Amino acid sequence: MGERMFIEGNVAIGWGAATAGCQAFFGYPITPQNEITEWFAREFPKMGRIFVQTQSELGSINMLYGAAATGIRAMTSTSSPGWSLMQETMSDMANAELPCVIVDVQRGGPGAGPIRHAQGDYFQCTRGGGHGDYRNIVLVPASTQECCDLVQLAFYLADKYRNPVLVMSDAIIGRLRETVEVEKIEFGSLPDKEWAVKGKANHRDGKRRLVEHGGDLFARYPSYRALLQSLEQKIKQMQESELRYEAYKTEEAELILIAHGYTARVAKEAVNMARAEGIKAGLIRLITAWPFPCQIIREKAYQGCGFLVVEDCLGQVVEDVRSAVEGRTEVHLVSILDRHIPTDGGMILPDKVFDKIKEIQ
Amino acid sequence: MSEEAKVVTKQRVAGRPKLLVRQTAGFVYCPGCHEPITARAIAEVLEEAGMGDRTIGVFDIGCSSFLLGLLDIDAVLTPHGRPPDMATAVKRIYPDNIVFTVQGDGGLLSIGADPLLGALTRAEKITIIMLNNAVYGTTGGQMAPTSLVGQKTTTTPQGRDVIRTGFPTHAAEMISTFKGTAYSARGAFNNPYNYERTRGYIKTAFQKQMDKVGLSFVEILCACPANWRLSPEDSLKWIEEKMLPEFPLGEFKSVDKIE
Repeated sequence: MGERMFIEGNVAIGWGAATAGCQAFFGYPITPQNEITEWFAREFPKMGRIFVQTQSELGSINMLYGAAATGIRAMTSTSSPGWSLMQETMSDMANAELPCVIVDVQRGGPGAGPIRHAQGDYFQCTRGGGHGDYRNIVLVPASTQECCDLVQLAFYLADKYRNPVLVMSDAIIGRLRETVEVEKIEFGSLPDKEWAVKGKANHRDGKRRLVEHGGDLFARYPSYRALLQSLEQKIKQMQESELRYEAYKTEEAELILIAHGYTARVAKEAVNMARAEGIKAGLIRLITAWPFPCQIIREKAYQGCGFLVVEDCLGQVVEDVRSAVEGRTEVHLVSILDRHIPTDGGMILPDKVFDKIKEIQ
Repeated sequence: MSEEAKVVTKQRVAGRPKLLVRQTAGFVYCPGCHEPITARAIAEVLEEAGMGDRTIGVFDIGCSSFLLGLLDIDAVLTPHGRPPDMATAVKRIYPDNIVFTVQGDGGLLSIGADPLLGALTRAEKITIIMLNNAVYGTTGGQMAPTSLVGQKTTTTPQGRDVIRTGFPTHAAEMISTFKGTAYSARGAFNNPYNYERTRGYIKTAFQKQMDKVGLSFVEILCACPANWRLSPEDSLKWIEEKMLPEFPLGEFKSVDKIE
């Protein structure tokens, strides 16, 4: 049994990363993720591991690139505007096929926006975020325990696919204090990182290693097309093998709510309220925002199920749900405009979602 | 001259460092470019120090990325302007390896000013080698932070105008003012004497890193005949007549301890 702690989600991220064997953290202050950077600043030197306070989010992501190129487990964390800054290097790392973990504790947007909670980074996270063709696995914690566990999973998946993996949290999950059991999760064995840059003396064959993100010039692949084919193959494999979601009371449900992160907890409460009144509601909670559970949503749509998306933005997940149902059924939305008060402190509350469920019925 | 010295000299003049990759195909450089000779100088220094297999090179986007193919060492290619960031991480992970960057003047002083300032502020124990050719090379000869006043480039067709575009940046002098800098020098490859001198600067810079003193920096004035629209020979004259008065050679800082 692991150690039990009463901590907030941002701190649980730190313990999860340390447990997963993360050796280096690079961070720049930005609200609402500061607790993560401060945790690493406090704990990592004690563990003999590397912490660098960077000069900007560009510094964070590029130091992460350097660390990932050496094959060690490393991560950075940021919030929405900082995540935007990191996109060029995200794209480079996808090309260079580097495993690493990035945590985005979402805040409001567009622009600097409010420093409080929101879920408007969904498109940016699930579509890669930068230029060119690539995808990142996006893990979405909905509890403090999941912050700890999904970060561990993120490191495993990053190494498995040699691809950046994103943990998309939000300000509420990040600041939510719950009891967490910090325990190392075993995921299985991984291949050696033969490709990593360490200095030739550290390679068994004594031959040089290159980490690069170009096209034909450096001949990592026989051609640019071969590189793209390999990336496409990887995207398909991740889609086929790494989809994760929680289905709650979806059996024989007539209306399925779709939500992730903090709004999934709100939606679950609303489902319970509906069930108490005999309404057959259920919930699909996204644990991976990408890959997206298209197939289960499509099957339910073909069975005549209605859908209600609950998300704290103007409507991004809802577009993926509409695409999945192929026009077979109605897709409704409870959005950021349905918060209980109009200021940036407003939240989507279960009552509002329950009202919408009744309205649809 | 002793027999041993003669052999060394012959090897230096007619030989070829093993770390310098013999490129039979895909040689990308324009005639008269000084980047291959930069690679040679780095290869010679690393080989003499016996550090070739304990060195990691960090190369920037732009012409400097081509060094990936010329030096037989572990290497990474960064996003444009970011080598000091990446070198920071690599050096923290491998503190006993030599970790150096090669960047152009645009890559270090324009788009890369943020990581440079960060690395200087943190006094990272890395070496930065900046190739100053007074233009953007790979993109076809646009104005760089180091372009001379009055210099014609594709984005200053009437010549660099100080009212609109300011003045050339002096990297070696600027970097020497930082407390965390162990070494800052400027060399050139326009003649054999300067080659030897600059090679010595690179050697000293790597030595400061191995001694874990602080950040070490070498700026090298490099010919870019293709973008200067000059012959390789006239380019050497241009370095001497135009660049040297603006960018004097020498060591601007060299300390063995930072307190």
